[in-house]
Amino acid sequence: MGAYVVRRLGESLLILLGISLVTFALLYLVPADPERQIAGRSATAETVANIRAQLGLDQPFHIQYARYLGNLLQGDLGRSYLQRTEVSELIAARMPATLLLMLAAIVVELILGLTIGAIAALKRNSAVDQSLMVFSFVTISAPQFVVGILLLYVFAVQLGWFPIGGYGTLAHLVLPAITIGLLGTGWYSRMMRSSMIDVLAQDYVRTARAKGLGKLRIIFRHVAPNAILPIIAMIGIDIGLFMSGIVVVESVFGWPGIGQLAWQAIQRVDIPIIMGVTLVSACFIVLGNLLADLIAPLVDPRIKLK
Amino acid sequence: MTEATAEAPAAGRPRGTGAVLRDLLRRPRSAFGLIVIVLMVGAAVFAPWIMPYDPNDQMFDGLSLEGAPLPPSGQFWLGTDLLGRDLFSRLILGAQTSLIIGVLANGIAVVVGATVGITAGYFGGWIGGILMRFTDLMMAFPALLLAIVLAAIFKPSLLIVAMVIAMVNWVQMARVIYTETRSLAQREFIEVQRAMGSSTLRILGRHILPHLVYSIIVFGTLGISTTVLLEATLSYLGVGVQPPTPSWGNIIFENQTYFANAPWLVFFPGLAIVLLALAFNLLGDALRDTLDPRLKGRH
Repeated sequence: MGAYVVRRLGESLLILLGISLVTFALLYLVPADPERQIAGRSATAETVANIRAQLGLDQPFHIQYARYLGNLLQGDLGRSYLQRTEVSELIAARMPATLLLMLAAIVVELILGLTIGAIAALKRNSAVDQSLMVFSFVTISAPQFVVGILLLYVFAVQLGWFPIGGYGTLAHLVLPAITIGLLGTGWYSRMMRSSMIDVLAQDYVRTARAKGLGKLRIIFRHVAPNAILPIIAMIGIDIGLFMSGIVVVESVFGWPGIGQLAWQAIQRVDIPIIMGVTLVSACFIVLGNLLADLIAPLVDPRIKLK
Repeated sequence: MTEATAEAPAAGRPRGTGAVLRDLLRRPRSAFGLIVIVLMVGAAVFAPWIMPYDPNDQMFDGLSLEGAPLPPSGQFWLGTDLLGRDLFSRLILGAQTSLIIGVLANGIAVVVGATVGITAGYFGGWIGGILMRFTDLMMAFPALLLAIVLAAIFKPSLLIVAMVIAMVNWVQMARVIYTETRSLAQREFIEVQRAMGSSTLRILGRHILPHLVYSIIVFGTLGISTTVLLEATLSYLGVGVQPPTPSWGNIIFENQTYFANAPWLVFFPGLAIVLLALAFNLLGDALRDTLDPRLKGRH
């Protein structure tokens, strides 16, 4: 196990290094002329050249990358071109909002997904099962901006139960968390359904039934816990799904997290912020995958370590 | 119908297109998916004849006296947008955009993904190592963020949007094909071919590829759904298909400030996106069941 953990850690670091290189290369190629944006329209060629030199944009690729990487290792993500603030500070300031949203979304998708999947498995092939599975297909086929706007329309504009967007109270959290959580609900309900069906076919479930145990007792004590185990590891992988959605959901709901930060930066071509958020999100995804790989063999000893 | 039900699917053996199609039409979910796809493709192909109005015409009677968009009515079936254009006509033209990008982007992704997967899986070694490490790397990229950055960098045309989507979408296919090719490459019949001196190209084309066709069809179908969603999202954010070319995503983008007063401007394009993505998801899932009997009843 020890060697496995070390090897997976090493791989993760390599992937992060690769991501930093690809992100940097992509943005190096951007024909965006940030120096011109900073200098303004009326600036002379000389001013523009000065700013270019100041930002180090006149250096060749490998030198720029080496310097970027060196700073990165010290936790320095650079400075925003337009806001003149450290990117790490900007991201750190918005991180709590994003983490809160992520946590709430995971709670939503686990509650909804596991319940729906369990009911579908218990009522296998019935009309209930069919409708629940169609629902799970709809949730993975609906783009998050459509879900978000429709939830806003129904529950904020028409019913007035929740605020139309923003941040601060529990009420603000509900709609964005459901919007993100619904996507995961679709995946979890399908996994839970097939996992439950597997467990229901096991001998020990038949034994429990033969012993005359109550139906609910069998489900909650014997079936559900074993069905959930293989799914727990999926939460890690889920973080990747989540990170892809935050840009859209945070801008629909005006949620002040790193997704909104990235979206604002993309519109202003504020490259250091875009790179910073991409890297931080990639870190989350890599960490999530790593956790999933490490947890999976713990909860299910049948999984062999490669 | 009796003829179709009498015929049990032969486990594990390749079946004709007709048999597969019958099977798909017998399942309510995939039949629904097929119907939606046929209708939408029909609408896209015959758009000029179906559209009741010119989709770019800002009609004088398309707005109320106060200048607000009109709700659905006998004259404008799905209402009009902020500029007084007929929403139904724009949605039909939007179907064209979504399907063109969906098929194009997914086509590129399938070709790239399958090529990478087969190459890495068959040859292994350092080529395979590098290709699969690169695939891992792409897996760890926040896909949508990457697509947004790319789309914002290049001035988006239809082709660019399709390329951007393909760039983030080939990974899934590559991984599936890699795993399958790797296990195929170690099977005896491939070793026999090698021992008999068949050329690599012949082995890949005649003996490996045919075994991968089902997976390519299944994941290719599911991939269209991802592509449609990604296009809609990019266009909604304003970095995808650019107005005045209508796309379901950019119709919502253009009208969203007014959605509290004119919800049909979000509801109908949103419904169109969900229906098309759902149709391909249902079809892909049913194809997986039909083509691979090992998985029957598990999904």
